[in-house]
Amino acid sequence: MSLLKDYLKGGKFVITAEAGPPKGTSSEKLKRSANLYRGKAVAVNLTDNQRAIVKMSPVASASILLQGGVEPIMQLTCRDRNRLALQSELLGAYALGIRNVLALTGDHISSGDHPQAKPVFDLDSFTLISTIKKLNEGHDFNDHPLDGKTDYFIGGVINPCSANMELQLLRLEKKVKAGVQFIQTQAVYDVDIFHKFYKEAKKMNTYILAGILLLKSAKMARFLNAKVPGVRVPDHLIEILDRSYDPAEEGIKIVKDLIYSVAEFGDGVHLMSVGQEEKLARILKEVIEEKPGIYQPPED
Amino acid sequence: MIVSKLKPFEEIIEVLSMYENIFLMGCGECATAAHAGGEKEVMEMKKQLEKSGKKITGWVVPKETCHIPLVKKELRIHKEEIKDTEAILVMACGAGVQAVASATDIPVFTAVDTLFLGTIQRYGRFTEYCSMCGHCILNETAGICPVTRCPKGLLNGPCGGVLENGNCEVNPEMKCVWVEIYEKLKERGQLANFTKLREPRDFSKSSKPSKLFLKGL
Repeated sequence: MSLLKDYLKGGKFVITAEAGPPKGTSSEKLKRSANLYRGKAVAVNLTDNQRAIVKMSPVASASILLQGGVEPIMQLTCRDRNRLALQSELLGAYALGIRNVLALTGDHISSGDHPQAKPVFDLDSFTLISTIKKLNEGHDFNDHPLDGKTDYFIGGVINPCSANMELQLLRLEKKVKAGVQFIQTQAVYDVDIFHKFYKEAKKMNTYILAGILLLKSAKMARFLNAKVPGVRVPDHLIEILDRSYDPAEEGIKIVKDLIYSVAEFGDGVHLMSVGQEEKLARILKEVIEEKPGIYQPPED
Repeated sequence: MIVSKLKPFEEIIEVLSMYENIFLMGCGECATAAHAGGEKEVMEMKKQLEKSGKKITGWVVPKETCHIPLVKKELRIHKEEIKDTEAILVMACGAGVQAVASATDIPVFTAVDTLFLGTIQRYGRFTEYCSMCGHCILNETAGICPVTRCPKGLLNGPCGGVLENGNCEVNPEMKCVWVEIYEKLKERGQLANFTKLREPRDFSKSSKPSKLFLKGL
């Protein structure tokens, strides 16, 4: 059973976080992530060769996290595997106890450390979602019966703060139609825009977790605005970071404020960082202590 | 048309290192339009090879080099020149090179890299609009092919990487073709073609090598 699903179905505010699989065979990093997040985050995402950079597989990483007492959300992209490989990963991951999956198209190969590789994209995020739905129903992509079906809680991603909200809502509608059950969004900094998107999105039958990416500095905020699709850090936040003597600390405060704002109306948040899991764990700890009314962490 | 590009001359001279007497063959169709194997390029190649000490036994630019019967005919016409030829260097696409190789026992080499099925934007500018996938969806996508023109070949709309200005994150200078398709479909009141969940491609329909034999001819 998925704890994440239980939380959302029970109307309990959710906080999920992110862990990066190691570049290598050392599982120490993941064990450390499990120790950081256990009893704090409802579930934790394991990225899948993020930015097209080779890392330990999300199946193995999610399994290690699970052994460490943390519920994983296994991210799975269509970039590196065809429909056979995707299905066999999903069957294997389920057998290992993984219950949540986040279906993504995946960053293009050209952004990573093996730009010469063949990009696959046999399926896309939409048809990956509908394929997982089929596995949940007990048959494979081509309707062959399975000896033991999956029961995944199926996730997807949307950019709620993109310049073209109508297009994003159509994409969401299509993902819901394909079988998505929850959404973790691209980073949100403007809660008003997110709220507008959220109200429309909730008309469809799905749960929405607002993505929140920890800012380290005004420079990082400007970089996100210039380079990352769908991410807009408002000027007033950049100014706060610019004026601060300790922008890293200011970034933590911004994340907490965003969590509290989303908690006033939303299903939950998904915390992301660039390799700063200790800080995310600290934020979780402080939220739990400061506002016990809004977020109850899972049992340790 | 098939777009091809001449290989670096050093590479060509390297593959021909064992041979002295060379026959050159261009192509009057695509390779001429691509400036890789027209008469002008064949003459230039002749000059360069001769400068490098090769003997050019003869040359021809057939109307279509991917046409086996036509190539056989050209080889018969140039029988005398080919008699003492040790290698044929073909300045045409891979289909042309292999048509020649299948029509003679003389070793055949290519002088070009074959790139893509190109659309001519204007003189000397070619872009890839079609990848000959075998089941065309242009009727549903406002005449714009996402299989070819989206770097990920997506069938169900844009990925999460559409930039704020509607451009593609892989080629930031290029508009996302799915945004283009979306805008056109919206304008025409055909958004159902956007929201429709399109099944993944059926690659069994385009398994290699493809062939088409028309009946009754």
